[in-house]
Amino acid sequence: MNRSEAIKRLNAVFCDVFDDDSIKIADTTSAADIDDWDSLEHINLISAVEDEFGMRFKMKEVSGMKNVGEMLDLICERGN
Amino acid sequence: MKELVYPFNGIDIMRRCKKLRKELLSDGSVRMKKKIAVLGGSTIGHIVSALELFLLNNGIEPEFYQSEYNKFYEDAVFGSDGLDSFAPDIIYIHTTSRNLKYLPDRPDISEEEVQQRLNDEISFFRSIWTALEKKFSCPIIQNNFELPLFRQTGNYDCWGLSGQSAYINRMNLLFAEEAVRNNDLFINDINYLSAAIGLEKWHDPEAWYMYKYAMSTSVIPDLAYSAASIIKALFGRNKKVISLDLDNTLWGGIISEDGIGGIELGTETAVGMSFSEFHSFLKVYKQYGALLTVCSKNDEENALAGLRHPDSLLSPEDFVLIKANWENKDKNISDTANELGLLTDSFVFVDDNPAECAIVEEQLPETAVIHLKSTAQTMYEMSRSGFFEVTSVSGEDIRRSEMYSANVKRKAQQKSFTDYSEYLRSLDMKAIIGDFQPILLSRIAQLTNKSNQFNLTTKRYSEAEIKELSCDPGYIRLCGRLSDKFGDNGIVSVVIGRIEQEILHIDLWLMSCRVLKRDMEFAMLDELVRICREKGIRKLMGYYYKTPKNNMVAELYARFGFALISTTENGDSVWELYTDKYTNKNNVIKVN
Repeated sequence: MNRSEAIKRLNAVFCDVFDDDSIKIADTTSAADIDDWDSLEHINLISAVEDEFGMRFKMKEVSGMKNVGEMLDLICERGN
Repeated sequence: MKELVYPFNGIDIMRRCKKLRKELLSDGSVRMKKKIAVLGGSTIGHIVSALELFLLNNGIEPEFYQSEYNKFYEDAVFGSDGLDSFAPDIIYIHTTSRNLKYLPDRPDISEEEVQQRLNDEISFFRSIWTALEKKFSCPIIQNNFELPLFRQTGNYDCWGLSGQSAYINRMNLLFAEEAVRNNDLFINDINYLSAAIGLEKWHDPEAWYMYKYAMSTSVIPDLAYSAASIIKALFGRNKKVISLDLDNTLWGGIISEDGIGGIELGTETAVGMSFSEFHSFLKVYKQYGALLTVCSKNDEENALAGLRHPDSLLSPEDFVLIKANWENKDKNISDTANELGLLTDSFVFVDDNPAECAIVEEQLPETAVIHLKSTAQTMYEMSRSGFFEVTSVSGEDIRRSEMYSANVKRKAQQKSFTDYSEYLRSLDMKAIIGDFQPILLSRIAQLTNKSNQFNLTTKRYSEAEIKELSCDPGYIRLCGRLSDKFGDNGIVSVVIGRIEQEILHIDLWLMSCRVLKRDMEFAMLDELVRICREKGIRKLMGYYYKTPKNNMVAELYARFGFALISTTENGDSVWELYTDKYTNKNNVIKVN
């Protein structure tokens, strides 16, 4: 999948999950940059992203993703 | 909020959880506040979030206590300061097959050992329920168990002594037996839910490895919806009426065009069968106390002819009201509500015509609307909706439809009298007013949770609380039963007064709207004052706590002759009455 389309859709997921329309994600965005991004919301985020892109992250990927850029790599590789 | 009623998009709900919560909390509606303790045998975070949304959408604003991860047993049995001081109104125990401790673990296990294991398992849960009941005497909602996705022994797993599915099925039976015996225990049937959704979708072992969720995160809204249905039913937020269209909803075809011989109903055709099955499906709701009404654009004559079709399982007598006319349907629903003394938010409207559905949705957003695309789909939607979730069955439920029908007859009689009190005398009313009897406790508790309109304090009591109160000498309790020549209305009014030396504080005064304007409230007051005088109580203190629904009793104490002591800005008021100044008010009902 094309990265610019993916980032647009991913941004919408972030805005919904954290209920903040001002969020502008970038490759370097990580949990430290978004106040509500705790372990509970991480689960919600992962589920919402998986649903949005019709894909499933591997367990190692869920715990290993360091920032949005890595998430986007996986989405571009396997997402729909 | 339509997106929070079944069928919903669970994944979307979770994705927009925060926003939905914010919208609900700021929609200006007034909700009853309830404290809910969720004790989990696995992670509960998102379950609580989803539960909150569904409860908010049902007029309940929950405050939650959440047990630490997998500390459901410790919290319940050994207690925790957090839980003890929280004092829950309701407890939800979220356990799953992951929490079973004694599952058979070898092929050569004997029947005796399996029995022993089942016994240990149920004792474990029983000790939780007993400890919680003793401490909190509140309703407990308990998940039963879902079947496993993996069966190493294949079909043997469901019948072999060592089978896990076999063991789980036996546990589920034991839970059901406990719930039948224990009036404060309610089963959240995740065994059904996981089967209906599909075990493949329900189970997600990786969600367990990663987050310790005992099911897929995608089914959490379904689980929460099911638990929320029980909770809202316990707090009296069920629907009460199913209002049905006729053409292509209760039979195939249009009776004014096809004629009585042309509509499809009965076993002759597939379409006819689908409507016949829908009739029997609806009859069950009626048996459990839902009221059926007709809301159809038809001439009444045609409507009645259709319902008298030889293959119609529903007859005109099964409906408490039939509105077959050319008025708008939202108006017919409002009129029906008025005539039955109910609110439009307790209605479920079913129609095959999307335009009619849209009008009712637009005009009466509080009414639930089911667009019938096929009877099969509608039956599933209704049964999953939780609109009529049953938590107990009282004699009142079973006779409800009959009682409302009698009320419609009374209304007809009323029209022949110009003097209202003459009409009341013509009814030949008899009341039995007395203390709470053990056999009535469950009905009394049900009334305290269901009555919204004629309810001065809207104080809710669990059955356990009513039971406790029923033998406390510090209270005066009255419940009243009213009958007349058209039938018995059953228990319709409950009063609870707390004695403080020479003063009686009226903690609860409610009456079923079935018996509005029959002077039953005066009969109750006469009896209350009589007992107070006997006990040397000089003063009654009445309290009116305003809610969005109980405006009709804002001036009740004034009508009773109480003096107003104080009012607050939000509309609450306090009243007093000296018993020596009181003269009896009822002269149309014969009491005891």
